[in-house]
Amino acid sequence: MSVQEALRVALAALTANRLRSALSMLGILIGVAAVILLVAVGNGASISISSQVQQLGSNLIVIFPANQQSGGVSQGFGTARTLTAEDAQALDDPSNAPDVFAVMPVTTVEVTMQHQEQNWVTTLSGATEDYAQMQNRDMSAGWFFTDTEVRSSAKVVVLGQTVVDNLFGGDPAAAIGQSVKIQRQSFRVTGVLASKGTGGLINQDNVAVIPITTSWNYLVGGRRKNISSILVQANDADTVEAAQQEATQILLERRKLSDISEADFQVLSQQSLLQQVRQITGVLTIFLGAIAAISLIVGGIGIMNIMLVTVTERTREIGIRKAIGAKRRDVLLQFLIESMSLAGVGGLLGIVAGVGLSALAASVIGSLSSGSLPPPVVSIPSVVLAFGVSVGIGLFFGIYPANRAARLRPIEALRYE
Amino acid sequence: MIELKAVSKVYRTGQVEVYALRGIDLLVEKGAFVAVMGASGSGKSTLMNIVGCLDLPTSGRYLLDGVDVQELSDNELAEIRNRKIGFVFQSFNLIPRTTSLQNVELPLAYAGLSAERRQRALAALAAVGLENRARHQPSELSGGQQQRVAVARALVTDPSILLADEPTGNLDTEASLEIMRLLVELNQAGRTVVLITHEEDIAGFARRVVRLRDGLIVSDQPQEQKVWAGP
Repeated sequence: MSVQEALRVALAALTANRLRSALSMLGILIGVAAVILLVAVGNGASISISSQVQQLGSNLIVIFPANQQSGGVSQGFGTARTLTAEDAQALDDPSNAPDVFAVMPVTTVEVTMQHQEQNWVTTLSGATEDYAQMQNRDMSAGWFFTDTEVRSSAKVVVLGQTVVDNLFGGDPAAAIGQSVKIQRQSFRVTGVLASKGTGGLINQDNVAVIPITTSWNYLVGGRRKNISSILVQANDADTVEAAQQEATQILLERRKLSDISEADFQVLSQQSLLQQVRQITGVLTIFLGAIAAISLIVGGIGIMNIMLVTVTERTREIGIRKAIGAKRRDVLLQFLIESMSLAGVGGLLGIVAGVGLSALAASVIGSLSSGSLPPPVVSIPSVVLAFGVSVGIGLFFGIYPANRAARLRPIEALRYE
Repeated sequence: MIELKAVSKVYRTGQVEVYALRGIDLLVEKGAFVAVMGASGSGKSTLMNIVGCLDLPTSGRYLLDGVDVQELSDNELAEIRNRKIGFVFQSFNLIPRTTSLQNVELPLAYAGLSAERRQRALAALAAVGLENRARHQPSELSGGQQQRVAVARALVTDPSILLADEPTGNLDTEASLEIMRLLVELNQAGRTVVLITHEEDIAGFARRVVRLRDGLIVSDQPQEQKVWAGP
């Protein structure tokens, strides 16, 4: 008897008693749905975080002091004493760092900005004219400040949309040319950064940027010429690792150190950040999936149970089949295919349930959290894996009952009532 | 040709030994029509099971067409049951929830055939007069019809031997005669028929009667075959 044939016979047997088949495949169905859903949750978190990290710009390397908390882009780069302006200049040297395209020192501090009667707390960055390009930002109004303004420590500021929302009523054009007060000094607004969305870990619109020289010369604590971080842009995505190594090397030499672990700075590229993120979420996803997989095993036990009952019930039938010429292999195949079909159909239904639930969860989470919680994203490999595993479970847990059926002696089976 | 030499069968149930057969010598030539008779417990079913390769003797030899069945593997025995022997049981033993056609096709499926299967099965059903019940399931057929389907299944692989264990036991008179007529026809076409029955009427259709008592043959007589005189 061919496999195709046996498959038809197995499906006929399953549909003959639909309630029983449905109940026995329930375990597999739930297990597969759970695996797909939980992996989708982990996957969604991973994709969401990755895409946020990617918004930093794929050629970007960030250097910041080592005594800061690492790994979190959301952490503020507080006062830094270990990175200097000279460090930044050394990195900008094409003979030492040929893969470096641009270098930008950055200071970061939280300030209260005032305009007329309105106050707003925002993150103030001191940077160079390369800011917009390095941070991948467009202007929605006005211009970013120029290198002339950096050299002359001009008191100009570029605002993010959230600041404009709170101080100028939301219209970028209305902010241009206006004056805001930072630490009781007046700054002129020269431009507004186009919105990058507020979802996720950091609000990229709640920023203001002034020339770094201005922050050194006019803001509190600036005399020390502190730097919160240095942004380094590599030539292109392929040379990021090379640029990372060159930058690390230059800084180590300046400190007369040989090992990055002894250093007072950290060099992070978007790529290495992404890798870390993927690793962590990967582990999380596998963990969730493994827990869900336990329910698959329970489902398999359920299938084995029901197949044992089926074999016992059909003992007479097995005897008849053997009497008319079925070999052991024929009977084994028949019942194995039946258990695998049971598990397989359960798996397919579980896939439908899992994908459906993920979509439902995505829309519910989307509307409830208005974008700050990452929605589940179904991972196709998890679907294929879950289905394959469910058929495998049908095979594995079906072997014992099928073997018992195959080993029945014909006359004993025929006599069974 | 069926040849039993000093065949015994002993069952052990716990401490008790049951001698179902105590040394049977039997020779059935090709084309014979034998009725095996005896009371309950005489061993006639056990004899049939051994002849049909469903069971093996505890001692003695069973030569089927010259081959000692005890030298055969399980798979070879299954093949014999598939191709050489056709069974008809008292309780029909059709597979439930499958059509007559599928039931009759089954031995051919186990024989590995696929293409001509349907045709041969339909031909077998036609031979027993039930080609218009091909799509019915056993639950939709009368007892007599079910047994006829069983006969069709028994002969679909064109076996040389037909073994019938009380084939008319669950049938009324009319259906019984139908079945016996079929068996007589099949015998006349050249097949060996061995029939177990406890009814003298039915045994009358055979040309030889073997009587068993307590596991031994007590008589083995040829007889005049009853001539079919029906409508």
